[in-house]
Amino acid sequence: MNKKTIHLKLNGEPREWSVFPNELLLNVIREQEMLTGAKYGCGIGECGACSVIVNDQVALSCLTLAIAVEGAEITTVEGLVKADGELDPVQAAFLDYTAYQCGYCTPAMIVVARTLLDENPQPTEMQVREYMRGNLCRCTGYASIVRAVLAAAEKEKHLAH
Amino acid sequence: MFTFSNTHLLVQEFEYVEAKSVNETTALLARNGDRVKLLAGGTDLLVQMKIERQNPLVLVNIGKIAGLKKITQNGGVNIGATATIRAVETNPRVRELYTALAEACRSFSTIQVMVMGTLGGNICNASPAADTAPALLVFDAEVTLVSQSGERRLPLEKFFLGPGKLALRADQMLSSIRLPNPVPNTGSAFLKIARVEADIAKVCAAVRIVREGDTVRDCRIALGSVAPIPMRARQAEASLLGLKFTPDLADEAAVLASEEIKPITDVRSTREYRQQVARVLVRDALNLAVARASRGLA
Repeated sequence: MNKKTIHLKLNGEPREWSVFPNELLLNVIREQEMLTGAKYGCGIGECGACSVIVNDQVALSCLTLAIAVEGAEITTVEGLVKADGELDPVQAAFLDYTAYQCGYCTPAMIVVARTLLDENPQPTEMQVREYMRGNLCRCTGYASIVRAVLAAAEKEKHLAH
Repeated sequence: MFTFSNTHLLVQEFEYVEAKSVNETTALLARNGDRVKLLAGGTDLLVQMKIERQNPLVLVNIGKIAGLKKITQNGGVNIGATATIRAVETNPRVRELYTALAEACRSFSTIQVMVMGTLGGNICNASPAADTAPALLVFDAEVTLVSQSGERRLPLEKFFLGPGKLALRADQMLSSIRLPNPVPNTGSAFLKIARVEADIAKVCAAVRIVREGDTVRDCRIALGSVAPIPMRARQAEASLLGLKFTPDLADEAAVLASEEIKPITDVRSTREYRQQVARVLVRDALNLAVARASRGLA
């Protein structure tokens, strides 16, 4: 097995990675880039804790080969913060609504909620629950998570006007 | 099943190739045969590699071949093997004419898996519980298999041989799935029962009905997770043909379907429960499909 050098953008910054074919995107992001927002949960695509955004779409980084993201634009929860340090409205709403308990699922919840609002800026509660059904919160704090996402949508509606 | 494996890492070593075309892929298959696995979305294959059920020496990523993702109209719809579940679900033609397939894709696992996973991958994983399989079967789907020696078309029903087993030679790949154009007054529906929505089906069922007034002119009923392969319930289909559709007739056909299937007891459900639920799903799907056919929807 040989390493291959690939180029991509991570949270808006150009990156060059040298990776083996069997390296997983999640592990490169966490251990090489030291961005520990995305989490290892189940490793088999059932918990959603490793979710990141790859080319505007949500992806499971524990089931993505790092070598395959050549040329991609990747955003993690860290990359949602604006350059001046201002939080994304979804991040701010999670704080406002205390939409976390242990916090392990939170970065992925925020990432997936962000892609939801980008696709559907004014979702109903049912649409939020449906879209985010692949993200498990073992503290079962779903009610406050849904409230936070709906509040972020509401806030963004006013910002747009 | 997971006791010996570490899903944090992918420990096995392999060569990684990014295919640029179908021809390049089939050339690799012709040379390396069963030592190759084709990678599309990775949501099944990488899990199987992590738990060491698959140990390919060469992994060929076909997910970047642009032509293989296309969904085109040609007297029906032709869905490229690596079109994602989400792309199929959001395709206007699929939503308009192949309702059961759109519903199967909508009920499919989670948003992450819909965006990454592909229709061809769901079929080639050859799971008896594949959500899209019954929906494709009721539309008389055909698969196109390609190798260096040419193209071959096969009814989807003949493609499934058993759990994890397909009528696919080591030098062949699935390139597309074709659905014929539905005739007017067709209605279809897909229903599924699972522990929670994101879960794999305990039972799923798809139905397509063609009406002529109140009479059933043509009918397909297919079920998943109830036999070694996704299967059609032919006796139940035949029991409806040429008759005036009534809720009682749907009940009787549903009973036949529940007797035709061969469910097992496993980690997700019991044989007895599957049999009972299959009857209810088929009955409800028949009523739904008939109602849709009367509104001129597919």
